[in-house]
Amino acid sequence: MDAILFLIFAAIAVACAINLVVQKHPITSALSLVGVMGALAVIYLLLGAEFIAAAQLIVYAGAIMVLFVFVIMLLNAGEEKKPARPSWFAKILGVPLVIAVLGLLNFFVQHGSPDSTITFGEYTGTAKDVGRALFTTYLLPFEITSVLILVAILGAVVLARKEMD
Amino acid sequence: MNFFIISLIKAGIVAAVLMTTLAYLQWVERKVIAHIQLRIGPYRVGPHGLLQPLADVVKLLTKEDLVPSHVNKFFYLAAPIISVALALTSISVIPFGPEIEVFGVRTYLQLTDLNIGVLVLLAISGVSVYGVALAGWSSNNKYALLGALRASAQMISYELPLALAVASPLLLFNTLSLREIVDAQAGYSFGFIARWAIFQGPLPQIISFIIFLIAAFAETNRIPFDLPEAENELVAGFHTEYSSMKFAAFFMAEYANMVTICALATTLFLGGWHPPFPVEFGSNYIPSALFALCGAVALYHALHPARPKDRFTLPVFAVVFFAIALAIAVPALNPILAPLFWFAAKTGFLLFLFIWVRGTLPRFRYDQLMRFTWAFLFPVSIVHLFATALAVALFTR
Amino acid sequence: MGLNGLIGPVPLSWYLMLSAILFTLGVAGFLLRKNLITVFMSIELMLNAVNLTFVAFSRHYKQVDGQIFTFFVMVVAAAEAAVGLAIILTVFKNRSTLLVDDVDSLRL
Repeated sequence: MDAILFLIFAAIAVACAINLVVQKHPITSALSLVGVMGALAVIYLLLGAEFIAAAQLIVYAGAIMVLFVFVIMLLNAGEEKKPARPSWFAKILGVPLVIAVLGLLNFFVQHGSPDSTITFGEYTGTAKDVGRALFTTYLLPFEITSVLILVAILGAVVLARKEMD
Repeated sequence: MNFFIISLIKAGIVAAVLMTTLAYLQWVERKVIAHIQLRIGPYRVGPHGLLQPLADVVKLLTKEDLVPSHVNKFFYLAAPIISVALALTSISVIPFGPEIEVFGVRTYLQLTDLNIGVLVLLAISGVSVYGVALAGWSSNNKYALLGALRASAQMISYELPLALAVASPLLLFNTLSLREIVDAQAGYSFGFIARWAIFQGPLPQIISFIIFLIAAFAETNRIPFDLPEAENELVAGFHTEYSSMKFAAFFMAEYANMVTICALATTLFLGGWHPPFPVEFGSNYIPSALFALCGAVALYHALHPARPKDRFTLPVFAVVFFAIALAIAVPALNPILAPLFWFAAKTGFLLFLFIWVRGTLPRFRYDQLMRFTWAFLFPVSIVHLFATALAVALFTR
Repeated sequence: MGLNGLIGPVPLSWYLMLSAILFTLGVAGFLLRKNLITVFMSIELMLNAVNLTFVAFSRHYKQVDGQIFTFFVMVVAAAEAAVGLAIILTVFKNRSTLLVDDVDSLRL
């Protein structure tokens, strides 16, 4: 059951990611990315990371990607006019190289990674565990990220405000 | 296998009840608004217009299903499906009642209980922006696009105070599972004050309840925050180009969102299915008494000479009310129906509040709407969250 | 592996492989696409792929630290999206184009 679920959602994630790269229109790409994120959220659940799965949907799909869609709608960004003109080099070697890279990756991952299997439900990193680690061991990084967010807000406001003239 | 069968039965019942509620919520809304405006509302189809929802469904089903030629077809068709599917999904984590035993099978009156139930609801409400945004964008219509832009900006902005308002009662309960949240609100302090979140120490959550309600109005795009579909500026907002069943899907999604958010407010702040005062004081008899009273009122009005048509319809209602009163009073059914009654009563009251506000308040201006959330609601909810955290740290455990 | 492998538990390497594929696709999108926003989204895809590795290893070592790191990546991604989209908005305001190739006034 685990493997079937994994394969289904991995397939969805990969299909959406390919769609992201292939599609001409930015809004289609954005929604494909939302699809990838949704599929990854399910895979996080399979890995027993409940809180991260929820955060993935709330933060990534519900906030960051909405921002992207919002900007695309605001700028009314159309399809890419200029087709990417691949060189003869890319035309001939592109697909074989991709296959070679993925093959190499597969080889290294299969042989280099720890040999273990993951059973659903065996271990769960609950929201409580995450919260405890976040506010004890990782308190300083947590506080620093809040400063980072503040800086980001200020930066965004400064960049996007109307010029006073 | 047993689990699957029970789940299927429960899902079927919940779906049937939810659909009926959605249809009749619309009837109730029209009636209440009509009475606020000194009209009588739907009165033609069936007694007191009770068959109006059915007529509406038939009308919407038989209308021409139009797809304008200038739309982005895929997203145009996907948007209503996304909206309605997400809106209906979120009801599955709401607990309606305690564990019950029917024909020897023990089960909870809840479709499924998740460890992260509250987060799942927040996630679904966050993702449901896409339905609205896509509808507006794919319609290829300036009014729809403006409506969608407004809707997404508004929903992102109001999600912050909503999430912060949800966070403060969670500090009291120390859990994210909705079933445990309801359990944490059981019992009575001093023997008679219900330990609901809005009454529970160390800091009663009344302020965050109010913030939650205000943000909920904005999240469901209801008056006074219905800017995305402000008809005098934007025709019909994001669903201008939609007709027939696709329009009905958006309509259904809006009402389903209302029901879910009211049910969530009930669960988080109003003690879920727990009665407002202890069983020893007779809270189990209240539902029966209320329904019997309704029956009596219906009978009284049936005898009134000025309403000749109601001589036949109202006694039927009276009989129905008396039957419900009797059913709740039966000792075997009471432990199932009484919690359901309290849950439905609280949720129903909040829904009535939504309609009441719609009948009372005017619409905000767009800049007022944004300033209200960023400059007022958001700081207040943060301060309230801090206050709650401080109170919990000082006075509990 | 066979059919039994399809029903039983999932090897850790599968998760890593999925992550690698997604990362590769992100790189491909970053290199191939011309639209600023799509390029930006490819970066987000890469971040997501890395997150998956973190969570998979967090599960493998039965420790919560990997999830914490994912959380930080999300926070940084949110900050990055806010600033990045503001920059894109400004670029569009000044040059009314979203193509990376057209934003080249620093080129000699």
